[in-house]
Amino acid sequence: MNISSSLKIKQGCNNVPILKEKGQNEVFCGLTGIIWLHRKIQDAFFLVVGSRTCAHLLQSAAGVMIFAEPRFGTAILEEKDLAGMADAQDELDLQVEKLLERRPEIKQLFLVGSCPSEVIKLDLSKAAERLTLKYAPNVRVLSYSGSGIETTFTQGEDACLASIVPTLDDTSQEELILVGALPDIVEDQFLSLIGKLGIKKVTSFPSRTKNKAPKVGKNVKFILCQPFLGDTCEALEKRGAYHIKASFPFGEEGTTLWLKAIAKAFNVGENKFDEVTNGPRSRATKALEKIKQKLSGKSVFFFPDSQLEIPLARFLVRECGMKAVEVGSPYINKKIVLSDMELLPEGPIISEGQDVDLQIERCKANKPDLTICGMGLANPLEAEGLATKWSIELVFSPVHGYEQAGDLGALFYRPIKRREVLQI
Amino acid sequence: MKLSVWTYEGPPHVGAMRVVTAMQNTHYVLHAPQGDTYADLLFTMIERKNSRPPVTYTTFKARDLGSDTSEIFKKACKDAYDRFKPQALVVGASCTAELIQDDPGGLAEALNLSIPTIPLELPSYQRKENYGASETFYQIVRKLAKKSNKTDQLSCNILGPASLGFRHRDDIIEIKKILNDMGIDINLIAPMGASPEDIQVKTAKAHFNVMLYPEVAETTCRYLEKEFNQPYTKTIPIGIGATKEFIKEISDIFGLKTNNHYSERLRADWWSKSIDSTYFTGKRVYVFGDATHVKSSVKIANEEMGFEVVGLGCYNREFARDIRSLGKELNLDSLITEDYLEVEAEIQRLQPELILGTQMERHIGKRLGIPCAVISAPFHVQDHPARYSPQVGWEGANVIFDTWVHPLVMGLEEHLLHMFREDFEFNDSAGPSHLGGHSNHDININEKRKENINTIEEIIWEKEAELELKKIPFFVRGKARRNTETFAKDKGLNSISTEILYEAKAHYAR
Repeated sequence: MNISSSLKIKQGCNNVPILKEKGQNEVFCGLTGIIWLHRKIQDAFFLVVGSRTCAHLLQSAAGVMIFAEPRFGTAILEEKDLAGMADAQDELDLQVEKLLERRPEIKQLFLVGSCPSEVIKLDLSKAAERLTLKYAPNVRVLSYSGSGIETTFTQGEDACLASIVPTLDDTSQEELILVGALPDIVEDQFLSLIGKLGIKKVTSFPSRTKNKAPKVGKNVKFILCQPFLGDTCEALEKRGAYHIKASFPFGEEGTTLWLKAIAKAFNVGENKFDEVTNGPRSRATKALEKIKQKLSGKSVFFFPDSQLEIPLARFLVRECGMKAVEVGSPYINKKIVLSDMELLPEGPIISEGQDVDLQIERCKANKPDLTICGMGLANPLEAEGLATKWSIELVFSPVHGYEQAGDLGALFYRPIKRREVLQI
Repeated sequence: MKLSVWTYEGPPHVGAMRVVTAMQNTHYVLHAPQGDTYADLLFTMIERKNSRPPVTYTTFKARDLGSDTSEIFKKACKDAYDRFKPQALVVGASCTAELIQDDPGGLAEALNLSIPTIPLELPSYQRKENYGASETFYQIVRKLAKKSNKTDQLSCNILGPASLGFRHRDDIIEIKKILNDMGIDINLIAPMGASPEDIQVKTAKAHFNVMLYPEVAETTCRYLEKEFNQPYTKTIPIGIGATKEFIKEISDIFGLKTNNHYSERLRADWWSKSIDSTYFTGKRVYVFGDATHVKSSVKIANEEMGFEVVGLGCYNREFARDIRSLGKELNLDSLITEDYLEVEAEIQRLQPELILGTQMERHIGKRLGIPCAVISAPFHVQDHPARYSPQVGWEGANVIFDTWVHPLVMGLEEHLLHMFREDFEFNDSAGPSHLGGHSNHDININEKRKENINTIEEIIWEKEAELELKKIPFFVRGKARRNTETFAKDKGLNSISTEILYEAKAHYAR
């Protein structure tokens, strides 16, 4: 089917010029992805090779939420490590040895590069190869960069998943892979729906443990669950897998289009599709009706954060009736978010990267009803009278799929409702 | 290389941010990659700050490394100067920028701005947050403070309060009241609330300095003593005794006659003497945090609450000597470490009934099922309350009494638990009645974990003794088990009967 014609979009924002400013970026670095990845991949440990700043970032962004001993840590570089490279590699071996001794349940170890380790050109891929040989077959050691000079926030997950792709086993069978770390509940819902469509072999990537990893090959098709997985997408294509392009599964419309793209790629008939999806689809529509009444006509401004901005703007504008003023994203990979851009009506400024001071000025001048931004900006903007939603919650909570469509809308409505409720 | 899971202190540039953010009309240009901006959220989230910290980050990227990162830095300085119009510009590098050696100080100097620029050299790979705060405050004062005549009236500066300090906001109010009660004028409070112009013009006018937090202000106080002949107070007025001592210290220096050793605002002394507090007597307490708060808390715990401090330590090595000598005085080993796993092991070993610590010890307490009250940074948003809740002075003593008592099982409740230990509703696994959320399940897990780790393996518990042990309330059971096993081991026994359990109880009776 032809999506654009059937949905009657006059003009999407896929061809509007993108505003690119240079200045201070107020974003997390890719290390932050470890916060959800270390819970998702249950037999993995993430060892950041970095500075006290890296350790402090992980702790500040996530620490207060996690009481269990985390499956991540930072090997903090010290003065003596900076003096000579040979030392740093030996030191790293020593830290890994101690770690694996203390945590024998670890089956996958990720050495995660940071700004300082990149600047001193500490070769973690070499270290990973060496350590894999040493600890095989019990532990597999991989490396990727989560540094702020290379990656922004969710790109850390992309780099992590891309590092796993070359290790996946080959298969000649027709299979489907759902790519991107989802909350377990959403993952299970998707697997169940797709199973009901009659697609036999479906796996999630990343898998919860190493031995449940998907296989890859020429007959494998994959679909992204998150828009920030450009490198992973390329790596899978390089292994011969076919990329099913679709808009992202947020809200009723997004989820339907996403599932339809899968159905089409696996030749699932329309009747079958309707039979499977009609129930949850109407539930999602119903849940969104109430939210739409609340959000309709209100304006929204996105600061760049997670690359979820364009698909979420699509959801808020088309399914909740909001008006987007600016949609900022740290990085726009048109190949991946094209469908959502085609559906998002032109009008808002689409910006990539940022000069945070200029962007704040634009935001204040526009006085949006809702501003989506990071935790560093939220309270200051609230104090200036703007309702805000901190964006990190959108990465942490179950928001994909039909059953969560109402919850996703409610997340955006909550700050507005709070202002209506408070009489102080 | 050192493996770290949670850290007590951030990197030194975060310390610099704590000073600059506390001040007025000051801006900090930090040469740092993107991602380092996370530090903003410490202030906007934990402290609920309603404006952005006055920090510009250059947020350079990998592709900039090949070209000219120093140009990016200069542009950031110029833009920040134009946009924020500060009275002084502090410049420095985070850990990554330190490696690329762009010399922020020199670059900022070369811009010839019309305001003072204060370069910071903070060695990120050697030092930590408190050092960064101390050094930043010192560099600002050293650069800006000008000679001046002293005020006519006796006056002082209050030095040390900074952003993200434990209760600094409220301590200022309390210490001002105490000093005003003594007839002493407050000349300047810094860094919190001070502008560069204030520091320039006012600093030297004071007759003396109140060093409220040595972690931030000691270096500066020493400098000012030498430079402007300003003595500084050494007593930190946290606790009843310390507050009295603080007042005496000032009175002695300036020959003041003051009766302000007692205040109507103080209730904690009577609260502690009243009979309901009897049950505090000898409760075993473990204290860990920054050195200043640990020292104060140890004294309060032993002398003003009637607890028994069974262990202590601090995470800031700069003050290790103080804590070690305090430990020696009390015949206790002191733990100086930045590794929270070591602290956890020590707490498991000692089985205290109350932990006084930081956010980290709160985690540990939760895992081990031991109550914890927070006495020191780093703290969580929930320990930055809306209400007035200082640690310093008379009101501080009241607040500390309330805060430390809150997590404990109260006196009569403790007795009732002893008496009716098998009541199906009112039993020990329900936890303190005024603190909800202790599910039986959690307690059991904690108990198991606690007991597994502490059991001396070669000793066997006879069935009756084991059952008898179960009748002891959960909050002392771990200790009872450990004491009994130690007792048995010392006697060369390898099994424990009910008899031995009660012999041990008598042996350890206090």
